[in-house]
Amino acid sequence: MSDVPSDAHGHDHPKHELSYYAKRIYAIRDLLLEKGVITDKDIQCQIEYQEARSPANGAKLVARAWVDPVFKTRLINDPKRACAEIDIDATSINEFVVLENTEKVRHMVVCTLCSCYPRPILGRPPDWYKSLNYRQRAVNDPRGVMREFGLVPDDGVEVRVHDSTADIRYLVLPLRPNGTEGWSEEELAKLVTRDSMIGVTDALPAATLK
Amino acid sequence: MGRAVSPSSGKFKPGDRVRVRTDDRPGHIRTPWYIRGKTGWIERTYGEFLNPESLGHGGNGLPKRTLYLVAFNQTDVWGAPQAPKDKILVDIFEHWLDRAA
Repeated sequence: MSDVPSDAHGHDHPKHELSYYAKRIYAIRDLLLEKGVITDKDIQCQIEYQEARSPANGAKLVARAWVDPVFKTRLINDPKRACAEIDIDATSINEFVVLENTEKVRHMVVCTLCSCYPRPILGRPPDWYKSLNYRQRAVNDPRGVMREFGLVPDDGVEVRVHDSTADIRYLVLPLRPNGTEGWSEEELAKLVTRDSMIGVTDALPAATLK
Repeated sequence: MGRAVSPSSGKFKPGDRVRVRTDDRPGHIRTPWYIRGKTGWIERTYGEFLNPESLGHGGNGLPKRTLYLVAFNQTDVWGAPQAPKDKILVDIFEHWLDRAA
């Protein structure tokens, strides 16, 4: 092992100056490879797996739920089964809970302790989700946060902030936008943003597309 | 609200009023500071899960602990006036909860 990455073993390392933690992680990776704990192929597979997970999965779930009430019920009662049905791999989530927004109740998700996030459904969390600012204000000023995302919930609406502190991963099922009657699932999915599934704002309005 | 887990027989049931313990001890703790000492109510029982306070230090997570979804009024948590209907919901393990009046 060396404390700077070398090119002597089959894969390339970044050429620019590495941070302390980057050097450390490359050193650990090299050790694991040298000792035969993992292979280059394992690493490549893992990178591909991570990259395949994106908010497109969540958008597919939400759009299907908007057009198919039976699927929606299943998504709410047994989210992992609903995922499997449309070929979304949610098996790595310990428990998966879907929070349905209505005209009277809206949900918003935060992890104040770290950055727990439904990665198989939404991919990697955005930087703001991991920021101290969001993690603090989501719990003590949720309406202020929503305002910054362009949303002003009515005073009569109940805002429910879920602090994701344990093994449950939460996904918000946003309201279907007005004026989207008769739209296809594919069209509807384009209105379902990552942020609307974290709950800080709504799905995009119909006028965005048509 | 949906969930895939079946509730097990924990000490508390939905609707029970509970107060979060104010324990302060070192280690990997999943009960946020801002909610310690606050009173709310059990919204759901999620069932039994490996104990992160053991897992976080190389332990096997046993015995499992019952995890609850606990609801709090925003105004009860922060004191300052908030929108009266707004809630905070936190996933809390049973050994962090005491029954409240």
